[in-house]
Amino acid sequence: MADSETPLLDELEEGPWPSFVKEMKRAAEKNEAAKDLLRQLERSYVDKVGHWKHGGIVGVKGYGGGVIGRYSDLPEEFPAVAEFHTMRVNMPSGWFYNTKKLRELCDVWDKHGSGLTNMHGATGDIILLGTSTDHLQPCFDDLAEIGFDLGGSGSDMRTPSCCVGPGRCEWACIDTLELLYDLTMTYQDQLHRPMFPYKSKMKISGCPNDCVAAVPRSDIAIVGTWRDKIRIDPVEVANYANDGLDIVQEVVMLCPTRCMTWDGKTKTLTIEDAECNRCMHCINLMPKALRPGVERGATILVGGKAPIVHGALLSWVIVPFMKIEPPYTELKELLDKIWEWWDENGKMRERLGELINRLGMRNFLKAVGLPAVPQMVKAPRANPYYFWDPEEVK
Amino acid sequence: MATRTDFGPPYFRDMLPPVIQKNYGQWKYHERIKPGLLVHVAESGDRLWTVRVGSPRLVSTDWIREVCDIADQFCDGHLRFTSRHNVEFLVSDEAKVEPLIAYLQEHGYPVGGTGHAITNPVHTQGWIHCHTPATDASGIVKAVMDELYEYFVDWKLPAYCRVSLACCLNMCGAVHCSDVAILGIHRKPPVINHDVVRAKCEIPNVIAACPTGAIRPDPKTKSLIVNEEKCMYCGNCYTMCPGMPLADPVGDGVSIWVGGKVSSARTPPKFSRLVIPYLPNNPPRWPETTAAVKNIIETWAKHARKHERMGEWIDRIGWERFFTLAGIEFKPQLIDDFTLAPETYRSTPTFKW
Ligand code: HEM
Ligand code: HEM
Ligand code: HEM
Ligand code: SF4
Ligand code: SF4
Ligand code: SF4
Ligand code: SF4
Repeated sequence: MADSETPLLDELEEGPWPSFVKEMKRAAEKNEAAKDLLRQLERSYVDKVGHWKHGGIVGVKGYGGGVIGRYSDLPEEFPAVAEFHTMRVNMPSGWFYNTKKLRELCDVWDKHGSGLTNMHGATGDIILLGTSTDHLQPCFDDLAEIGFDLGGSGSDMRTPSCCVGPGRCEWACIDTLELLYDLTMTYQDQLHRPMFPYKSKMKISGCPNDCVAAVPRSDIAIVGTWRDKIRIDPVEVANYANDGLDIVQEVVMLCPTRCMTWDGKTKTLTIEDAECNRCMHCINLMPKALRPGVERGATILVGGKAPIVHGALLSWVIVPFMKIEPPYTELKELLDKIWEWWDENGKMRERLGELINRLGMRNFLKAVGLPAVPQMVKAPRANPYYFWDPEEVK
Repeated sequence: MATRTDFGPPYFRDMLPPVIQKNYGQWKYHERIKPGLLVHVAESGDRLWTVRVGSPRLVSTDWIREVCDIADQFCDGHLRFTSRHNVEFLVSDEAKVEPLIAYLQEHGYPVGGTGHAITNPVHTQGWIHCHTPATDASGIVKAVMDELYEYFVDWKLPAYCRVSLACCLNMCGAVHCSDVAILGIHRKPPVINHDVVRAKCEIPNVIAACPTGAIRPDPKTKSLIVNEEKCMYCGNCYTMCPGMPLADPVGDGVSIWVGGKVSSARTPPKFSRLVIPYLPNNPPRWPETTAAVKNIIETWAKHARKHERMGEWIDRIGWERFFTLAGIEFKPQLIDDFTLAPETYRSTPTFKW
């Protein structure tokens, strides 16, 4: 047997966790680009640096985003990855598939690309990893044939994503899947044609557990919640206690608002709902006994972003409660106003959160027509440097 | 033929198994039966079993077809993926649950990632496919998960644990709010190749791209100068201009951040905090990094109370105690001096030794 060309990577075929190197080798059996990708990666493992560079902008007809141009910086040594572009393909809501669709997708990708993918990329798209410039358009045409469109990249609305929601989660306070599909279809233009100062991300979680990390990872986060009482099934509560759940230590003491009491004699749990902040802890622990209320909607938060430039931000509450029902008019009007304000005022590469920080939350709220309410802040300001609109001083 | 555009993703409802179509939005409760296995019960009494397995995220079409074969055999062709690269097999027939799990285990799919376990690390592209990485992504994740495998397939931890990796500080991946985040870092400013800058780069755009204003024009060379004291190694200039590479085998490496969380359960979302400013890139298995991650997780598992996430545990015991328990040396780089720094300074003499 010939010596392996990739001794370092071969070590990553061992061990219990599934090996990406095995996957690369499988693809390499059928595809030259996958083979050169493997060889170039081995080179990176030796050199301890990457070997990709930015190049010309590439794409498909009619779209400004969805394709990431990628070029090897060692094209003579690894000619099959001289051009190795990524296509971002918009996934279905909640990442639900049937095997027929997935197989069709595999067929298209085997025909046009390396046969390697990420299921899924960090934003949520299906990432088709590696094809050449002349295959982009034919690949897109074949994708369109089987009903897959491209996602976002560049300064556009990035592919939004949502949690599994009503598809399989009893805690979903909003229909995350349907809302995501509707917003994705409504904003196809914003998704496919970069038109903003920078990227704009939107994520939808059905409850404060936030399974898609909407608060830390999106400029616009829509998080399901409720306004009435947690529904309690007293018999099931007692069952949990009888089955060994330590209600005082594990539930009542960890309730952040200390709004629960437990009567050990009668095995009765009482919640002072007005003081509950809907953190989900008790519901997470006793799904059979406790459920979110029935008057449901969402909290809207904005401004989350990664550190790049002035530091990272978590999203901030701007609407404590909004009903989320088709055709989602109130939400869409708000989104339009937010994007318009950002578009008008944002500098190049200034995310929404940074712009709010620069021009002030009060300015932002005024521009989009939202009232100031205490739910927006952890605490009021502690400095006296505030300004008055002459209109207000009369 | 005019190219069709703006038709959007496949409609998810066409992908749902019949049991979900029927019980959409009508789920009543769920139970965690054992690691990797959930059952959801609908108001109608219908049940849906979910079997979760970890994937390497970077997969071939052969792998996708294999997973499809499994879903055809046990799930009438229905499956989904999670936001953290796991596959979930959606089973409506109870009789198929155990055979499915047995099949998966026999064929090397890690069944787990639910409940008080480590789930699949979110990670980025690394040397596989990005131009600004300070480290690889898939390789470290593989090495770390080989070490932490038992915590994925079993319930041995006090609470959830989310490990994530981003290979540069642009951080495409939700690592900044993870229990343990592995972040690639550069430590040297870009090295300017003046010929390339002159030939290929729009100088004003490069200057504008620098978030710290470290770049200025150099009329003498008709190129650029970087004020090295101001550079924070973000790589934005390299994105704009191939004449300013900053990858470097000695400068580049890995940093470790801990205590972040995303969910609002009990306590609000938190950022991860820097605890190890630099570990070397040591492929293919990054032993320093895997050891550090394992030590942090096992220290937490040993000392935390039930349901206490990494960051909640640290908030209770204090950061100074975290460093003694984990045996990690506190380095000067851990003290913040960026824009919002003073929020992290202590203003009370009440602390632990
Ligand atoms: C100077 C700033 C940035 C540059 C030049 C940049 C560049 C890139 C590139 C080239 C890719 C594609 C990697 C590939 O597939 O080859 C990428 C992926 C990505 N970036 Fe960025 N990025 C920047 C900032 C950010 C920021 C601030 C975020 C979010 C916080 C972000 C989130 C992402 C995500 C989610 C992906 C997808 C990664 C994946 O699928 O694994 N990027 N970025
Ligand atoms: C324009 C803004 C401010 C002005 C004009 C101002 C003025 C003053 C004055 C005149 C004093 C009394 C000094 C003395 O004892 O002779 C004082 C004390 C103090 N100020 Fe301010 N201050 C300002 C902002 C702030 C802010 C923003 C804070 C804190 C968030 C603050 C915290 C204090 C404290 C803690 C004291 C000491 C009180 C004490 O010793 O009992 N000040 N300030
Ligand atoms: C521990 C070091 C950190 C790592 C490894 C890290 C990594 C990441 C990654 C990978 C993303 C991906 C976003 C996406 O896929 O959409 C991200 C986003 C983000 N990070 Fe971090 N981060 C770190 C520290 C921080 C810190 C210290 C903050 C805030 C102080 C922060 C705030 C954010 C925010 C708000 C986002 C939003 C995402 C977006 O812009 O889309 N991160 N981070
Ligand atoms: S965010 Fe809430 S509703 Fe959505 S899947 Fe997670 S727990 Fe369920
Ligand atoms: S949801 Fe949270 S705040 Fe509300 S009662 Fe339960 S534990 Fe307490
Ligand atoms: S984290 Fe940085 S280096 Fe890694 S894929 Fe994202 S942008 Fe590229
Ligand atoms: S690496 Fe970032 S901070 Fe350093 S010079 Fe380039 S753009 Fe500026």
